[in-house]
Order: sequence, then structure tokens, then C-alpha cells
Amino acid sequence: MIEPVSTQGEKTDEIVKNVKFKVLRFDRDTIPSPRVDSFDVPVKKGMTVLDALQYIKENLDSTLSWRFSCRMGVCGSCGMFINGFPRLACNTQVLELEADVVDLKPLPNFDTIKDLVPDLAVLFEKHRSVRPFTLRKDIAELDNPSGEFFQTTDELQRYLQFAYCIKCGLCMAACPTVATDRRYLGPQALTQAHRYNMDSRDEGRDERKDEALGTHGVFRCHFAGACSEACPKGVDPAFAIQLMKRDALKASFGLLRKKKAAPLAPKVTSGKRMEGVPDAPKRTV
Amino acid sequence: MRTRESTLWTWHLVAGAVILVLLGIHMFIMHLADFFGTVQGDVLEFSSVMERSLDATFAVMYVVLLAAALYHGLYGLRNIIFELSISERAERVISVLLVLAGVALFLVGAYGTLAVHSAQAGV
Amino acid sequence: MQGSEFKKNRLGLMGWLSGGRYGVERYAYTLHRLTGLAILAYFILHIFVTSARVLGEEAWNTVMGFLNSPAFKVGEFLVYLAFAYHALNGIRLVLTELGFFLGTPCQPVFPYSNSVKRQRPVLVVVMIVAAVVVLLGGVDFLRAFPGE
Repeated sequence: MIEPVSTQGEKTDEIVKNVKFKVLRFDRDTIPSPRVDSFDVPVKKGMTVLDALQYIKENLDSTLSWRFSCRMGVCGSCGMFINGFPRLACNTQVLELEADVVDLKPLPNFDTIKDLVPDLAVLFEKHRSVRPFTLRKDIAELDNPSGEFFQTTDELQRYLQFAYCIKCGLCMAACPTVATDRRYLGPQALTQAHRYNMDSRDEGRDERKDEALGTHGVFRCHFAGACSEACPKGVDPAFAIQLMKRDALKASFGLLRKKKAAPLAPKVTSGKRMEGVPDAPKRTV
Repeated sequence: MRTRESTLWTWHLVAGAVILVLLGIHMFIMHLADFFGTVQGDVLEFSSVMERSLDATFAVMYVVLLAAALYHGLYGLRNIIFELSISERAERVISVLLVLAGVALFLVGAYGTLAVHSAQAGV
Repeated sequence: MQGSEFKKNRLGLMGWLSGGRYGVERYAYTLHRLTGLAILAYFILHIFVTSARVLGEEAWNTVMGFLNSPAFKVGEFLVYLAFAYHALNGIRLVLTELGFFLGTPCQPVFPYSNSVKRQRPVLVVVMIVAAVVVLLGGVDFLRAFPGE
């Protein structure tokens, strides 16, 4: 088992200090007007905010609600507003906050379902609206693939970073435009639009433009940069949006190069397989 | 990959670049030329103002700056208003109002710059 | 944030005005907005004021005499400050929107770098230039006050 890396010496079960957790509580039926509950949590080295919430639920108040799943920064469920900054609860160690009081609130810019559970449906709707999948003209090949599309490592690098998005909504919580503009697609969806626009296998750039370059698309971004600072996966949404603006500017002057969708990779006809490597399994779809 | 919004935004950027040059010159003359000793006397003296107004280069510069600054400023204002979650109908009304305001202000400003020109030519 | 209002957990205008614990660019964004509005207000006034030249020398001198009061001079200097900031920060924004100084997309490896951090030196440089512009202009404005 891999132990979490601590910069503060050996991991022990020793209680380092007691930290007061001030958690915002809300429930449409039982707590219609939100209140703040305080909990004292004994904190050990390496303990995450998520661990602290588990401690509260097990020992102090079993009615506390939040959303989580993987506990390791992959699923993007546990985004919350921790000490005035949107973070993943599982990705944030209590001691790294260097505070005796930890403020927990649901993600701003989303409706709240209960306690620390934000309603991310809006995010998914916006994500869907930019068509975040490979669009191609050769539909027959997509429906009944006969091989792989050819892509170089350089082509991969152009979008790989933006493909790391886990849809946690932290960037949306950080964005000042999302704070007021309900229809703004937001850093998450726009980054995904750019991710597919940049994919050499994709031909859907013009099909995404009405959304991505529309009245509430990329031009509502003014590079406040908060989304990129909040992103827990290094996706850098502000970067993707500026690059998309650059492409839009190029297109305005007719300088944007036409995209040719990546062809099928040539079939391997010669060569010998290494010994001991079995055949690929039969196709199931 | 062009949309109406991307065209408007491109003009916003181009207008910004134009303003940077022309307003830079304007600011240099009004606030810094005296400092660097390239222009003598009070630039706000009526004679000094008229001298520039009657110079064709200055007149063209002023009108271009007027148009660019109005476009840049009013598009910026539209940006801010559009980010307030107003309805699509309100967005259309605001756009029309801003265009009307822009045209009206341009006419006032252009008249202010060029009227002295035609008056001089008439005399 | 009371009652059902809390369902609408949006920051609203506070999201514009408060940079919170985010980077300096978010404050730069707020200031860019405010200075832009201030300059636009001044500019519209400026169009009408300078059009006074059409009415002849007397009208011009009346208007200029009115605007020569210390209050207007201070106001004018504030607009000059706004101009210096808006222009220089605008240069940075155009450069980043053209994709300069942002680096190149790469596989994110912890600890993550980002484009906002990479372009931060540009923000520092343009702000230094803005400070120089303000200082040069400030000398001119100080001359407007008698006794200086």
C-alpha cells in the first residue's frame, strides 16, 4: 500500500491539534434557513477534509450530508468551498490549510440540494450542449469501425491536458462571470469544446461554434484566471478559452487553417509479434 | 468558425488597438508634450484647440478615434450588461439602444470636430 | 442567504467585486471593468465638452474656466489613472487572447503549473509601465495647481 506523502515527517496516529469545522447546514424541509454548525475534530497527520467529514458523521452528527465517491481526486464528487476557495475535500489535507477554523460551504454559483451537496445538473447540461464527443462526416466508419484513426503524439499533446477534466465544478464556482450570467457556458463546457475542436480526429468545429462562440460563449470570459487556479487536475480552463478566442480571431481574418480529419491508421501487414503476446480478444460490439 | 459574436468581438479588439495608438498620441499632446518640451504653451487655449481642429490630419485622427472609442466602450458596456442574466428579448433591446446611442454620440462628436472645418472652408 | 434564497447560491455581483482568495488577475479583472466604465462615462462627457469649440471662443473659455476648478482637475487625474491602467492591462489581455505568454498545452503533472501563473510576469511588467505613465502625467497635473 502506498502511504500518502507527508512533508511533515513520519505519518503517525498522533493527534496534532483540534480543528473547529464550521459547516453550513441547509435542508429544504428541516433547515429552510441555512445555519452554521460547529464541530471539533481531532486532526491527525495526512487527514483530509473528507476524512474529517466522515469523523463528524460517525461521531458528532449523523445528519450531515455531502457527496463523495472515490476519495482520491478522480471522481469529482466532493467539490466544496473550503476556507473561501473551491477545492476537492478528498484532495485537501486539513493541516495544509494551516488554520484552526475550517469553513465548509457548498460550492457557490450552483443551487444547493442539502448541506454541502451542490446541484451539478446545470454543469452537465452545459457540458452536453457543446457536443463533447468526436464528430465526423464518415458516420458509417464511426458506426461500424474498421480500424483506428491515426494520431501523432504532437496532435495528442494539443488536447490531452484539457481531457483531464473530472466535471467537479470547481472552475464554475470560481468564475466571476458564472456568478451573474446564468446562460454563460462556463469554463468547464468551453474547455471541453476546445478539447474536441483540437482533436485531430474531430470535424465538428463548425457544429460547436453556435454554442461555444455564441452570445454566452467564450467572449464572456475576461481572463480573471480563477478557474485555472481552482482546477484540481491541472486542466487550465482559462488557457483553453484563450486559445479558442485566438482561433476565433484567426477565423475572423480568414487565417484559421481548414481542418482535415485524421485518416484511418494503415493496417499493419508485416512484422512479427513478440513471443508470448496473445491475440486481441474478439470484438464484442 | 465565425459567428456574429466573434465578429463583434474581433472589432472590439481591433478598436482597442486603434485607440491605443490614437489615444496615446492624444494623451501625449494633452499631458506630456509640455513635459517633453515638444509643444509650447497651453494646449487648451482656444487658438491652440482650433489650430488642431483645422489641421486635416488631426481632424481625421479625432473622428477615427471617436468611432473606435465609441465602439470599444459601448461593446464593453454591452458585455457587462449581457452578463447580468437578462432575457434574450432584453438583450436585443439593449443592443439596439446601444447602437442608437453610439450613432447619436458619433454624430455629435463628428459635428463638433468637423463643423469648424466647413465653417472655415465657407469663409 | 436566507430561506429558499439559499437555493440560489450564486455570488452575484459580489463575484465581480470581490476577488476572494484567488490570484491577482481576478482583481485585475474587476479593476479593468470599473476603469472601463469610468472612462466611458468621462468619454461621453468629453464629447459634449469639447464640442463647445463650435460655439466660438467665448463659449470655449466659459467651459474651460468651469472645468479648471481643483475638483475637476483631481477628477481628470483619476480618469488619467484609469486610462493608464485600462490601456496597459488591455495590452496584456490582447496578448493573452492571442495566445502569447501562456505556454503550450502539456500533460498536467503534479504540482500543476497553469497559464495564469505563466503570464503573471507580463502583468507585473505592464503595471510598472502603467506606473511610469501615471508619474509622467502626474507632473503635468500638478502644474495645473497654482503655487506648484
